[in-house]
Amino acid sequence: MVKDINYMNKVLSNKVGEKVLLLGNEAIVRGALESGIGLAATYPGTPSSEIGDTFAEIAKDAGIYFEYSTNEKVALEVAAGAALSGVRSMVFFKHFGLNVASDSLFPLAYSGVKAGMVILVADDPQGWSSGQSEEDTKLFARIAHLPMLEPSNAQECKDFVKLAFELSEKFKIPVFIRTTTRVNHMRSIVKLGKIVKGKTKGRFIKDIHYRNFPPYLIDVHRELHEKLEEIKKVSEKSDINFVSNNKKNALGVIVTGVSYDYVMDSMDDLNIKLPVLRIGFTYPTPDKKIKDFIKSLKKVLVVEELEPILEERIHILSKEVNPKLVIYGKSHLPNVGEYSEELVLEALSKITGKKYLMDLIAHKEKYKKLKIAKRMAVLCPGCPHRATFYAAKSATAGMDVVYGGDVGCYILGIYKPMETQDFVFSMGASEGIVHGIKKSTDQKAIAFMGDSTFFHAGMPGMVNTIFNKSNPLIIVLDNRITAMTGHQPNPGCGTTAMGEETKAISIEEVAKSFGIENIKVVDPFAVKEMIDTIKEFLSKDKVSVIIAKRECQLLAMRKKRAQGIKILKFEIDQEKCQQIGACLNELYCPAIYKENGKYKIDKDICTGCGVCAQICPTKAIHAVKEE
Amino acid sequence: MKEFNIVLTGIGGQGVLTLGMIIAEAALKQGYDVRTTELHGLAQRGGSIPVHVRFGKKMYTPLVLEGEADVIIALEPLEALRSCYYASKQHKTIFLIDNDPIIPLSVSVLGETYPSIEEIKNSLKNFSEKVTILDASETVKKATGSEIAANIYLLGYVIGEKLIPLEEKYILQAMGEIAPKYFDVNKKIFEMGVNHR
Repeated sequence: MVKDINYMNKVLSNKVGEKVLLLGNEAIVRGALESGIGLAATYPGTPSSEIGDTFAEIAKDAGIYFEYSTNEKVALEVAAGAALSGVRSMVFFKHFGLNVASDSLFPLAYSGVKAGMVILVADDPQGWSSGQSEEDTKLFARIAHLPMLEPSNAQECKDFVKLAFELSEKFKIPVFIRTTTRVNHMRSIVKLGKIVKGKTKGRFIKDIHYRNFPPYLIDVHRELHEKLEEIKKVSEKSDINFVSNNKKNALGVIVTGVSYDYVMDSMDDLNIKLPVLRIGFTYPTPDKKIKDFIKSLKKVLVVEELEPILEERIHILSKEVNPKLVIYGKSHLPNVGEYSEELVLEALSKITGKKYLMDLIAHKEKYKKLKIAKRMAVLCPGCPHRATFYAAKSATAGMDVVYGGDVGCYILGIYKPMETQDFVFSMGASEGIVHGIKKSTDQKAIAFMGDSTFFHAGMPGMVNTIFNKSNPLIIVLDNRITAMTGHQPNPGCGTTAMGEETKAISIEEVAKSFGIENIKVVDPFAVKEMIDTIKEFLSKDKVSVIIAKRECQLLAMRKKRAQGIKILKFEIDQEKCQQIGACLNELYCPAIYKENGKYKIDKDICTGCGVCAQICPTKAIHAVKEE
Repeated sequence: MKEFNIVLTGIGGQGVLTLGMIIAEAALKQGYDVRTTELHGLAQRGGSIPVHVRFGKKMYTPLVLEGEADVIIALEPLEALRSCYYASKQHKTIFLIDNDPIIPLSVSVLGETYPSIEEIKNSLKNFSEKVTILDASETVKKATGSEIAANIYLLGYVIGEKLIPLEEKYILQAMGEIAPKYFDVNKKIFEMGVNHR
């Protein structure tokens, strides 16, 4: 991310009433500061990553505590510990993070909290930053029995965080905020309020509520439902559920989240003014307010991304007050992908019969006829993962091998020419699945996983392979950072989120202590050594581990530039080159290209990893000599 | 003025995000409501994600509607083509393109073709009647030895030509706040763009 050089000032600004432009994710941090937060924790995950980046930047100056926890479950527990001790806390992650955290989340709803606690979950319709599913967190509110608020823009991101803290503390219950990528990564105007200095030290006072155990469990569950009934009353009165264009009409719109923006602008495009009920309090829903809104309508369009949860609620409510109401929703809008003004415009146009001045479908057809060369998603020039994947492919050429995939930058290994991610499920899943495959087939198998992923959820999987006598090869792609989400520190790095030195936990020592006997740390840029080690370890009858250790090249380059260290560059000797093309076709390095039948290296992009030079069959690639 | 819609495009490292932030901050200083959208993370890898900036009296969505862009600034010609559905003749979209092709890997490894600048111009004719192609990177490189600030040159050009209704002083203020370290060199390049030297 490009860091606003002055954004730290903006997020920490004392100019109450000033209007500033903030990214949704920055506005969330400001909202927490205006709520007297004392502790924040996360495991990085886009689209929520910049919330952590911003906390990391300002925590010391703001006098609060912030950490990157080893995974989302731990992060949630850390925030819960603070809230149980009377310190206001916040935990945030992407939608998949909530899956990891949910085991502790459900009992936390029962025990409740003492100080306010906000759980912010960033969903990612369209999968901009999440390959594995388009999960909709709205469903979690009901199953976990927790209130949920959904902001539509940066101002609301800030305001809703404040409201969530108030609700949480009043009702002694954690409160969800659900955002989507478009809201997290939207920059819009935010009016600053006052920063409140909250408690950073409290005291854990023992309370029977926290001891989730029968028979209290039933009583506490009952109390939780009673709390939700009380919160529903707040939802009914809340002005975050409001009506725009409150005039009588046969057709109305009910909408949540960023789709409100698409509805408002689409009506402007079509020159219509329909009454719009914007629901900000997603759970518990303001049923009375919805019933009042729909009772005199003939038709209503429900606009909510992904699952039709609100739509189903309206079906139930309309039976009481307006059984003849025609309800449009997923009939006119998709239940997959992100919404847009174009989609909402089309739906409204169909329902109202009004035409937009342009035929958007014909316009798009005109575009689709153009042939535009792709920009493929590839690993960065000099990425150590490319070297490791190349070595794995070479070492296993002609063999029947399953390549277990995992979550990190190396997910790009699913593409050509590597194709070394045969499946991708969730953080740390490569080992468990590969173990299952080993138990059920006679195939060889390699599990790939990153350093941060190893600490996040990879350790239990590794232990399981030893405990249950399996023999996959596990390759830890240790690039010394959590790279994919923007270079956050992890337990292997030796620094905390707040920039303090800490013990750097050695993956090698951890694996050894588990009892792994075949273990070796290899530099991915030593291509031959990596190939030989993979070959050797694949033939072992016990589980083996290679730690492919080499710092993320983006980070290494940044450090070199800052220190004024010259970056080595490589070039192709055109006299020696026999146009075999291994450098380009087996690596897909963005620095290598073909021009007029000749292979060349773009020195502006080359980072000097030297992998191409090592694999060139005619040794035609060499480092550029210093002049 | 109804809202003004800008689409900025290019590939990672060309300064698209910074350009968007400068324009957005300047619009705020001039008293407009502003919304922008940008994507981070995995979406950026391999790099062609446009930044949208909208400003005006009042607007809601941060995304420009297809065919409704007033100005499209492309730091790379192929990316201009990729974003051209935001343009339309009805809306009189103006294209400003830096003639600094960055050949994608797909051309080398998959045999896809990179069109000539004339072909790009021709394809854009269906979407816009005003396409301006500049040698911004080259001009900037000649003047400073590095092409990194071509984005600022293009910004100077659109402001100088009054293609975006924002005042120079607000742009300069925004530039100073967003990248104070580079203000002097950026100001020089911005003014080069304003005067198209």
